[in-house]
Amino acid sequence: MTSYEAHFKVWRGDAEGGDLRDYQVEVNDGEVVLDIVHRLQATQAPDLAVRWNCKAGKCGSCSAEVNGRPRLMCMTRMSVFTRDETVTVTPMRTFPVVRDLVTDVSLNYTKAREVPSFVPPEGVAPGEYRMAQVDVERSQEFRKCIECFLCQNTCHVVRDHDENKPAFSGPRFLMRIAELDMHPLDAAADHGLTRATSAQDDHGLGYCNITKCCTEVCPEQIKITDNALIPLKERAADRKYDPLVWLGSRIRRRGQ
Amino acid sequence: MATGTTPAAPPAPSPRDRGVRAPGRAAITAPHLRTDRWWLPPLVTALGLAAFVGYSTWRAFANADYYAAPYVSPFYSPCLAHNCVPMKGGADWALFGPWWGLSPALLVLIFPLGFRATCYYYRKAYYRGFYAAPPACAVAEPHAKYTGETRFPLILQNLHRYFFYIALLVAGILTYDTALGFRDTHGAWGHMGLGTLVLLANIALIWAYTLSCHSCRHIVGGRLRHFSRHPVRYRLWSWVGVLNRRHMLLAWSSLISVGIADLYVYLVASGAFDDPRFF
Ligand code: SF4
Ligand code: SF4
Ligand code: FES
Ligand code: FES
Repeated sequence: MTSYEAHFKVWRGDAEGGDLRDYQVEVNDGEVVLDIVHRLQATQAPDLAVRWNCKAGKCGSCSAEVNGRPRLMCMTRMSVFTRDETVTVTPMRTFPVVRDLVTDVSLNYTKAREVPSFVPPEGVAPGEYRMAQVDVERSQEFRKCIECFLCQNTCHVVRDHDENKPAFSGPRFLMRIAELDMHPLDAAADHGLTRATSAQDDHGLGYCNITKCCTEVCPEQIKITDNALIPLKERAADRKYDPLVWLGSRIRRRGQ
Repeated sequence: MATGTTPAAPPAPSPRDRGVRAPGRAAITAPHLRTDRWWLPPLVTALGLAAFVGYSTWRAFANADYYAAPYVSPFYSPCLAHNCVPMKGGADWALFGPWWGLSPALLVLIFPLGFRATCYYYRKAYYRGFYAAPPACAVAEPHAKYTGETRFPLILQNLHRYFFYIALLVAGILTYDTALGFRDTHGAWGHMGLGTLVLLANIALIWAYTLSCHSCRHIVGGRLRHFSRHPVRYRLWSWVGVLNRRHMLLAWSSLISVGIADLYVYLVASGAFDDPRFF
């Protein structure tokens, strides 16, 4: 077991202000950034605020930015840095900061509530839902989401433009709309809700310029852009920009 | 539904307090803290695209050295003007009369250009490389305002699928041109030269790129909700998905191959190079 002293810079402060503070801290073989943050708490900075739960990349609590890259602290191995490299840890920079590494992610809960939930099909009682595996496979990929909100944090639409926050739901919740739109039993359309057009009209799908940063940072490796956002754009285009498809679906009106 | 979040239009804040420096966010002055070479991919992308645009602009306006029997440059096919050089059996239809005095390439290149310009991959490439929106992930973009593809002209990106339909036709014509590459200079079948191979490689990549298109993936099956009811389309969707995962690679390789195919025809037609013949 080898250990060394690493140079860390950690953002300390709250909504009123703050700065990057320097720390020299011990690092041992096999540790991750969250271990080091915990060591700081245990030794030099007992009041350092950090949110975490599982330390296994599954709860989505420890989202932060390490050397400027949005990551889960518990899944960022120290071995990816050289020993003389300064490791800078900051809170996510898109959401309002609460204290130190903790941010207020409630914007995401608001956005989650704005997506109308699954609409049960008429005449099928709960417990009687039957779906073929091939029909649910696509949305199962999206269900891997651990709600770490790293994608929401990285998306330039809101990261660089506070003024877009009201109009744009962000990759995680546009993906939720895609999931429901691909759901074999969702009956929203029967109640007059076309999820794909609503994604564009009410949730800001058009703001996404498919530059794939959400996909790049997703710790669950969900292909958010390729499998959710682009298909959703295509589905919206079916309804809004493709007269043939629109006419066809008007005439036939049969579920697909 | 944007409940209680109706977008208002406040005046754009100054660079010092917008984006990652907006009030309430962690007070960090640096626009980003990335330490890796994040600027390299957008730079390489921008240079690559600029090189191709430069080359193809020169070749499209040149109006010369685009046919060396039996090979035709993909930039000039189909050739739709009266002023096209005669191509034996080729896609050479004088739809535009003698009044068209410019290069015939300009008549057809707008279609492949439109296909690639509205392609989901190229959009990512040039939004990052040329518009810096964003230059790289978690690197602040320089723009004061951003509306993405919500309004004119970028909302027109939604028309990509129509360019895809046209791209299928163009790929069909280039396939025909490639077949003609198996005839010799006099039009007799049973020829094969280095040029035939160049055209063959190019058309294979063009098809792979065209079929790997996200709109194609949507049209063949992605739009369905019940794959189980459409087994054939599900199969097609899976196949297109395999190609689609490599869409970026195919976008670049087909861009390069189309440039090389044109360059090859140029070299042979201008007499700078003699097409080696296998049989
Ligand atoms: S692909 Fe779209 S949603 Fe994802 S980060 Fe980029 S702009 Fe945001
Ligand atoms: S989609 Fe990925 S990055 Fe976004 S919240 Fe879910 S797990 Fe995190
Ligand atoms: S602590 Fe749970 S994801 Fe890191
Ligand atoms: S050609 Fe790239 S997405 Fe259609």
